[in-house]
Amino acid sequence: MEKVITGNYAVSYGAKQSRVQVIAAYPITPQTSIIEKLADFCAERELDARFIKVESEHSAMAACIGASATGVRAFTATSGQGLLLMHEVIHWAAGARLPIVMGVVNRGIAPGWSIWTEQSDTLSQRDTGWIQLYCENNQEVLDTVIQAYRAAEQVLLPAMVVLDAFVLSHTSEAVDIPDQEMVDEYLPPYSPEWKLDVDDPHAFGALVTPNEYMELRYKMQQAMEQAIEVVERADEEFGDLFGRRYGLVEPYRMDEAEVALVTSSTITSTSRVVIDELREQGVPVGLLKVRLFRPFPAQIVRQALAGVSKVAVIDRNLCPGVGGIFAQEIKAALYNDGHCPPIFGFIAGLGGRDVTPDLIQEVISFTFEHDAPPEPILWRGVKR
Amino acid sequence: MSEKKRVHEPYARNYEIPEEEYAYSGSVSCPGCGAVLAMRYALKALGEQTIVVIPACCWSIIAGPFPYSSLKVPIFHTAFETAASLSAGVRGALDVQGKEDITVLAWAGDGGTFDIGFQALSGAMERNDDFIYACYDNEAYMNTGIQRSSATPWLAWTTTTPTERPKEERKKPIVEIVAAHRIPYAATVTLAYPDDFVRKFQKAKSIRGARFIHILSPCPPGWKAEAHDTIKLTRLAVQSKVFPLYEVEHGEKYTITVWPKEQVPVAEYLRLQGRFRHLTGTNVQAIQENVDREWTKLVAKANA
Repeated sequence: MEKVITGNYAVSYGAKQSRVQVIAAYPITPQTSIIEKLADFCAERELDARFIKVESEHSAMAACIGASATGVRAFTATSGQGLLLMHEVIHWAAGARLPIVMGVVNRGIAPGWSIWTEQSDTLSQRDTGWIQLYCENNQEVLDTVIQAYRAAEQVLLPAMVVLDAFVLSHTSEAVDIPDQEMVDEYLPPYSPEWKLDVDDPHAFGALVTPNEYMELRYKMQQAMEQAIEVVERADEEFGDLFGRRYGLVEPYRMDEAEVALVTSSTITSTSRVVIDELREQGVPVGLLKVRLFRPFPAQIVRQALAGVSKVAVIDRNLCPGVGGIFAQEIKAALYNDGHCPPIFGFIAGLGGRDVTPDLIQEVISFTFEHDAPPEPILWRGVKR
Repeated sequence: MSEKKRVHEPYARNYEIPEEEYAYSGSVSCPGCGAVLAMRYALKALGEQTIVVIPACCWSIIAGPFPYSSLKVPIFHTAFETAASLSAGVRGALDVQGKEDITVLAWAGDGGTFDIGFQALSGAMERNDDFIYACYDNEAYMNTGIQRSSATPWLAWTTTTPTERPKEERKKPIVEIVAAHRIPYAATVTLAYPDDFVRKFQKAKSIRGARFIHILSPCPPGWKAEAHDTIKLTRLAVQSKVFPLYEVEHGEKYTITVWPKEQVPVAEYLRLQGRFRHLTGTNVQAIQENVDREWTKLVAKANA
């Protein structure tokens, strides 16, 4: 069934079709309409879930942890400051190995107040042990929520489905709502081996001495490594049933490319148009969209960039003191590979500033014109 | 002061404490720890169909390090400020699975309740979330080594309120604050009155919605008291009216469940605790006056 819906409603529909059982959430712009729609679904009995209207995002995640630990599918959504408030319990969810899925609308971090898109909020949570998937359009958002549950429940790690503020969250597109019966076939009920159960009592999360703690982290890393394959398989299986696949990364017009542009989220959509135009003019440039950021699919990124002589990365985020975070990750992925082309790290679009086709075109031209990046951080569109 | 006593003998008399044990012996608490006995009584009342949520507190340790557990019921250990919010999630999950008969017990210390977990507690009470929140109050951050909390009594010594400048603020009236959320049931209990303790937990179990139980729980190292005085201290706390035993239904129906029979001055309760050793006679008199004032207010509510 096709509907014209916003990115936020795509998250809500994704959660609904996944038959989430407990939702705990708190409003924050620009996420709020996700949970408003879910409240409607619950009120109208279109979704048989308990919606706990908590008093903060910290409590939202804590309630999701409690619900997931008791053996049900739990969901929340947040953005920016709300995500940052959750930080402690975001770690807890992952450490407790609970496959909670959270929709996160990227929002600039205060101060000064920003409600517009920027990835620094979710990227600041990159070390928490959550799977992170960055989406380009509303269909991908909806499909990724369902895929995220499928993958998360196999590796017992939580997952964030990330979308841009306003550019997706409040922009309507035609979206196919997957048939419920087919989703049920794809995503069976959550049935964990370990849960809070009075008939099989266990203590979860107790004090661990240095004799055991390291093994917990080792197993978490193993699960993360496994997640690369599991997320890919979840995407393939989804494709078999619904005819849509996204990949962990997506190389676009990379054949014979000399320069590869690397993007994520909605900057990718704009970049596709620019790449098409440049290709028509005979410019050997291709595009690599990174969809899975955690675990970082380093091997796949290496393969995708194997043939290029230069890489340009556009980061709509900033790690102060270092630069763009996607650029860092790509440098790290290529460093030990032997083939380590110059990597140009561009920062653009912070706090929701538009990343226009002209800007992207200039980034590409600049990369062609220079043998190596003249500066470690290449700011674009900044008023100095 | 005229004290028109409301006597509630029917449930207090001939009360039998269940023999079943859900707390194993041999836990790693300090000698004389009130919190261990408190859990033992609470679980005797609640039974095996109970899930316990424990935030950071002494019980994070007492429950035992991995792979051990000192309880026969499931435990979820959680972050300091999340006892109430996490319990709300457990409750929601049980309900959607049709397991409404299972009791969820949030079991937090005073720091996790009066201070860092206060927002989540208020949220859950306002929503009337269906679980029992029990606060075993040892009146300071004892697990980190005796630092002041908002539950620490007025003028007490702690490591962050040294005797040269003891705690200047009065103890936060947590039951009053929680009861003001108009939850179905709030009560106080302590160890010298196990019948009252068990009856209140059983009563709480029989009620749906948010329930709050405040437990006075001596900490011999933190109170600088003798381990063998734990029960005596809680009896003196009740008899001196420092810690009255009462319950509040729907935020308005106050019932004093144990009326002090002995005329015990507050000094007798304070005298057994090194944390009050620095007090002057004037200090003790001021504390006595405060206790009397609070007791009068409580009696007035119970008689209303």
